[in-house]
Amino acid sequence: MKKRVVITGLGVVAPNGVGIPAFTHAIKNGISGIQHDPQLEALLFSCQIAGKPEISEDLKAQYFTELELRGFNSTGILYGVIAGIEAWKNAGLPLQINNHPDWDSGTVFGSGTSGIDKFRESIYKIDELQTRRLGSTVVAQTMNSGISAYLGGKLGLGNQVTTNSSACSTGTEAIIMAYDRIQSGQAKRILAGSTGDSGPYIWAGFDALRVCSSKYNDNPGEGSRPMSASAAGFVPGSGAGALVVEDLESALERGATIYAEILGGNVNSGGQRGNGSMTAPNSTAVQRCITDAIQNSGISSTDIDAINGHLTATTKDALEIENWTKALGLDGHDFPYINSLKSMTGHCLSAAGSIESVATVLQLQEGFIFGNINCDDLHPEITSLIHPSRIPLKTIETNPTIIAKASFGFGDVNACVIFKKFQK
Amino acid sequence: MNKEELTAQLKVIIKPYTTNTDAYENFTEDTDFIKDLNINSANLVDIILDIEETFDIVIENTDMERMLDVKTSVVIIETKLAAK
Repeated sequence: MKKRVVITGLGVVAPNGVGIPAFTHAIKNGISGIQHDPQLEALLFSCQIAGKPEISEDLKAQYFTELELRGFNSTGILYGVIAGIEAWKNAGLPLQINNHPDWDSGTVFGSGTSGIDKFRESIYKIDELQTRRLGSTVVAQTMNSGISAYLGGKLGLGNQVTTNSSACSTGTEAIIMAYDRIQSGQAKRILAGSTGDSGPYIWAGFDALRVCSSKYNDNPGEGSRPMSASAAGFVPGSGAGALVVEDLESALERGATIYAEILGGNVNSGGQRGNGSMTAPNSTAVQRCITDAIQNSGISSTDIDAINGHLTATTKDALEIENWTKALGLDGHDFPYINSLKSMTGHCLSAAGSIESVATVLQLQEGFIFGNINCDDLHPEITSLIHPSRIPLKTIETNPTIIAKASFGFGDVNACVIFKKFQK
Repeated sequence: MNKEELTAQLKVIIKPYTTNTDAYENFTEDTDFIKDLNINSANLVDIILDIEETFDIVIENTDMERMLDVKTSVVIIETKLAAK
C-alpha cells in the first residue's frame, strides 16, 4: 500500500510577510508586499515596483554565522535558509549539532538561479584579473544547488539533497518530488521548497520581454492585478517557501502537528507544441496536468473546494481559467473558489509555487480562503467562464477540505498538487 | 614589526575562521590551522587573502600550500615583508 504523505512544518519569506505568523496575517487581510524599487527606477526598468522580503540584520544573524556572512551576497540562499529552517523548527524537528547525517531526512529545494548578485560581483573581479581574490564561497553561493547545500549542511541531512529547477513551476514541482520520494518509502521526510533571488539582474529579462506591470509605478500596491480587466503584466517578486513533507507514520510517531495531507499531484510538459512555446503554455498539457493530478489523488473534480491558481496578471489569466473549467468540467456557479497570491506578493518566479503552497496549506489548516486584491474589475473573459462569486475579493471564513494548487513555467512545464485537510 | 606583533596580528585574522575556541585561546607558534583550530580547508584561501590585505603583500600559491600552521605562516609573512 502506498504511504500517506503529510505536511508537518511550514516556513516562508514572502514580500508581504517574513515568517508564518506575519504571512498568515498578511494574506488574511489583503496586505500587499509590493513596493516602489528605487534601483529598478535608476536602471530605467519599465516596471519599477517589486515584491521583496524585508530581512533585518538581526534576523540574518539568527540563521547564519558571522563567517558565513563574510562576502555573502545571495538573496536566494538567504531567503531559502530562513524559510527552510523555520519549517524545520515549526515541524518540531531537532537542530542540535550531531555528528551523524540524518539518513531519513533530505531536501528538494528548488531555485531558478543562485546568487546572481554574487555572480555579478565575481564577474567584475574576474574581468579585472582578480580571480585569485574571489574568496572561497563563490561556488557555494552561485551553484544552482547552493540552497539545498546550505540547508543540508545546517540540518545534517543524509537523504537526498538536491535542487530542482523548472522555472515558475519549480516550487510546486519540489513538493511533488518530495511526495514521490516519501510515498515510495525512500525517505521519511523531505524539506521541500524553493527560493528566488531579488533584484534587477534576475528580473531584467522579464522587463525586456515587456511582460511586467509598468502602469502602476506610482501606485505599487495596485500594480499586481491577477484576473483584473486592467491587468497589464506581472510584478516581479522574490522570496522562499518551505514545507516539511513527511511520511504519515513518522509524523504520528513524533506526535507532530499535521497541517495537511498531500493526496497526489502531477508534473508534465506541453512539449512546446500546439499553442505551447518557450513562453506560452500548451492548453492541452495544462488541462491534462490538472486531470492527471486529480486522478492520481483518487478524487473527482467536484471534491475540490478551492483552487490556488498560477494567475500572474498577464493576458494569460483568462486562458488559465478556461483551462481549469475544461479540466474540471465545471464552470459558472459550480466552479470552485479561486485565488491568486500574486496580487499581494507579485510573481515570485522560482519561489512562487512554494510560497503559494504555504498559503494554500494555511487556508486548509486555519479554515479560510484569502481574498484577491486588485481585481474589483474582473476581466470580462473570466466572468464569462465562471461566476464572480467564485473569486473572493475579501477573505472568506470557510472550511475548505481540498484545494488544488498549480504552477506553470517557461519551457511549457506544468505542476499541479492536491492538498487535503488532514483527517485520520 | 617583530615576531610577537606579527603573531598577534595573525591571531586576529584567524579568529572568524576558527570553530575551536579553546585551541584559539591557547594559540601558539605550533598551532595547526586545520588540526587544532578546526578551520575548514576552503577557508585557508580566505585567510591568505586577509593576510595579503593586512600586510600588503602577495602570497604565491606555492607559499600558500605551506601555510598550514602559525610558525610557517609567520616565517613566510616575515620573508615577504623583508622583500618589500
